[in-house]
Amino acid sequence: MCRLAAITSDKYFSPMENILALETMKEGHDGSGLGLTLKDLGGDFEGLKKYPIMSGISSNDGRKTLDAYMKRNGFKLKREWKPRIKPVKSITQRENYFARVYDYPDSFKGKSPREKEDLLMNTRLALRKIGEPDGSIFIFSFYPDVITLKEVGDPLQLAEFFGLDKDGIRAKVVLAQGRQNTNYAIYLYACHPFFIQGFCTMTNGENTAFVPIREFLTGRGFPGYMGYNSDSEVFTHILHYTSRQLGFPLHYYKDVITPLKAADIEQREDRQALRLMKQSLRPLCIDGPNVVIGFTPDGTCFMVHDSKKLRPGVVAGVKGKYALMSEECGADKAVPARDKSKDIFPMKYDMVIVSPHAKEVTVWNQLQG
Amino acid sequence: MEPASRLDYNHKLSLREFPYIVRWRDDRCKRCGRCTAVCPVKAIESTVKVQRLVHSEGPAPTPSAARKVIQVVEQVTDMERYCTGCGSCTLVCPNEAIEPEFNFQHKFYHYKNKGGEPFKRGGRRNDPSVSTLDKLKFTRISMLTDPALDAGRHEFRVRTLLGRILPPEELPLKTVGGKLTVDKESRGFIPPVREIYPIMIGSMSVGALSPPMWEGLAMGVAYLNEVEGLPVVMCSGEGGMPPRLLRSKYLKYFIIQIASGYFGWDEIIHALPHMVEDPAAIEIKYGQGAKPGDGGLLMAQKVLKLIASIRGVPQFIDLASPPTHQTKYSIEEAVAKMIQSMSMAWGFRVPVYPKISGTKTARAVLNNLARNPYAAALSIDGEDGGTGAAYNVSMDKMGHPIASNIRDCYLDLVRQGKQNELPLIAAGGVGKKGNLAANAAALIMLGASAVSIGKYIMQAAADCFGDEYNRCNLCNTGRCPRGITTQDPKLYRRLDSDRVAERVVETFKAADVELRKIFAPMGRSTELPIGMSDGLGIEDKAMADRLEISYVC
Repeated sequence: MCRLAAITSDKYFSPMENILALETMKEGHDGSGLGLTLKDLGGDFEGLKKYPIMSGISSNDGRKTLDAYMKRNGFKLKREWKPRIKPVKSITQRENYFARVYDYPDSFKGKSPREKEDLLMNTRLALRKIGEPDGSIFIFSFYPDVITLKEVGDPLQLAEFFGLDKDGIRAKVVLAQGRQNTNYAIYLYACHPFFIQGFCTMTNGENTAFVPIREFLTGRGFPGYMGYNSDSEVFTHILHYTSRQLGFPLHYYKDVITPLKAADIEQREDRQALRLMKQSLRPLCIDGPNVVIGFTPDGTCFMVHDSKKLRPGVVAGVKGKYALMSEECGADKAVPARDKSKDIFPMKYDMVIVSPHAKEVTVWNQLQG
Repeated sequence: MEPASRLDYNHKLSLREFPYIVRWRDDRCKRCGRCTAVCPVKAIESTVKVQRLVHSEGPAPTPSAARKVIQVVEQVTDMERYCTGCGSCTLVCPNEAIEPEFNFQHKFYHYKNKGGEPFKRGGRRNDPSVSTLDKLKFTRISMLTDPALDAGRHEFRVRTLLGRILPPEELPLKTVGGKLTVDKESRGFIPPVREIYPIMIGSMSVGALSPPMWEGLAMGVAYLNEVEGLPVVMCSGEGGMPPRLLRSKYLKYFIIQIASGYFGWDEIIHALPHMVEDPAAIEIKYGQGAKPGDGGLLMAQKVLKLIASIRGVPQFIDLASPPTHQTKYSIEEAVAKMIQSMSMAWGFRVPVYPKISGTKTARAVLNNLARNPYAAALSIDGEDGGTGAAYNVSMDKMGHPIASNIRDCYLDLVRQGKQNELPLIAAGGVGKKGNLAANAAALIMLGASAVSIGKYIMQAAADCFGDEYNRCNLCNTGRCPRGITTQDPKLYRRLDSDRVAERVVETFKAADVELRKIFAPMGRSTELPIGMSDGLGIEDKAMADRLEISYVC
């Protein structure tokens, strides 16, 4: 079972905080991967918030292909960040790790944000298609103000490898996952967190309803619903689908993945809508055991469980800094100075929502709506 | 030397040609005559024979022969009175003196065509081999990395949806104050959808079934809904419904079928203004798995007063439902119109769906229905489905197995992203070997939203003798020895409708437990695992490839 460590804050902080939190949960991950997604970036990226950042890994040949592709499509490279790699024995180094800041092609400068998002996603998918067969290019995210790092190995060693302890890279929201590989192959694209158009989630546990959900999502005709090297990727896509594509407020994510039974729906004010939603989104129901932690484009973070709460999870912190962790020891590491009696252990009907900049935490209860 | 005339038996068949040979034991028989009286086909008769007995008394052998006349029970060698193996004789025999035995060497089909009339019967396909459904295993067991659920403790929702479901993109919803609400101004059609139990009782008509059988099923279904909280629905079959039921609150548990003969629909239409509940759905029957391309036939001897009044026909006439539905000519127009008309009759509050027999062309039908926003589902009846009367050739040789048919259709819907919009109902051989829940779960994981049973419930609830060795299968004759498919009061009074209802309830409750026992270890409980094909495996590579599931060995 993977371990999850998310921190959201009103101040920029180093992703090392997440890594150290993950380290306290070491029994739960086996070094089969680390994924880090940073949102609302500080440091060198603070002044580049409106420009999309492409995060990924490439070989030297892949880099040339990528450069040519981006140039051909009118993207202008503004800046490139590379981690200061410190070779670590147990980690196989690949040729290029990068986060590249681009400016949009001229033809897209006046376009709507949705059109821009689609351009970025389609570019990411096109590069994935080109680079995946020979492993020359891996692109994890291509979106403004978001960086993703992924590699196979132990989180702490990877942090050293990427030089995160020395680098000045900072963010206000960081999601980190230490992977425990189970049924699916150890593969970079199988590593959480998963990201699509501003929505990002990471999960632990297995998704027993994976196949019907995958088939439903791929049937939506949306090009981004692909990949699925991990059964957890569907959690991100369900969030994207319900929030962006269908326009549902965030807490309906809970109603989609763990729908209430008919009698409980009747108690809700929005019962008419819920009844229809439950029918139409029936294949997206998960059966757990899972805890899902994620963020949305506005920087809201959340934690939600399967309908039986078969996985632990805690949201803890103080105003201005909250940790969303799969184990409490992670929260102790991330935010030690807090009133522990106020820690939130969401139960099966709860969805914990932390507003942008960690201003406030609300527990939305599904039964009460 | 015997005279030639006494050796020439060429005009007679030997018992070896018969499908069942009656084993009768002289030493046990007390000549009560119950067996010969109960035999529905008069395959055995009481007769006398001359017996030569050698007798000896005293210390030294002094044999003397005596001839005496004895009474025996003998099987006749007339193909028109062949023993069907039903075993009624064994049931009534007080001394276990008689029993039919299946004869693997029989040449029954060679002879059963007297007068140029092919063999007709009831039942299902005479194929006792293990069906594909029974070969499917549930191989994805949640272990340690994803703890299995507890079938006894966790909350399970074994329910499915019947009715056209809107794609999420078309839901008339809007956000007001952070909450979703139905947009009343959108005026889009929201199709009716029922939440039902995923195993339903398929179409068997009043008329094909005896009054206590149909009544027993109906009572069982009502009890399951009202008392047990299991929303099981049952299809009327073609032949209408008892008028009192049409006007009762229990109508909501019934799917009313309309087929090519329109039998019973005069009564149904007249009852419409008096209905206090809508039916669960309307099924338009275009085909039946047991006899694809064949119509229905209720023999004249079964058309008694009650049946005649429900169906709106004179008594004692053959009631043939034509093989071809008059609305079958064009799916784009006539079938669509039929669906529309039926929907309109109930103010678009009732799901209306067609039922077809399993066929290679099912996908063509499906794709057409997928484009029709009023089509509520598609029911596909596979070759192992049962019937009350059909030609043997239709039952044994015509049709398509349900497993690959339903899988193809489901995957077709997946390719269009419509797998949740048009529910597929699978039927035909569900529970053939008694594994009702396992067969149902397998079909659901292949892509069915629900399954339909017929023969199984007759066997489980009313002890139907029929099996895949052509046992009994007399449904077409009206002489059902169990009283299930007869209108003869002398026969149907053998059947207790309360007992049938009790067995229906027991059967569904047991199936419900078994379904949980299947779904729980697979980690599913909240929604039916429709299309969860990664949970299935089969020890046959070709079948695994065909069904796009894993091959296990």
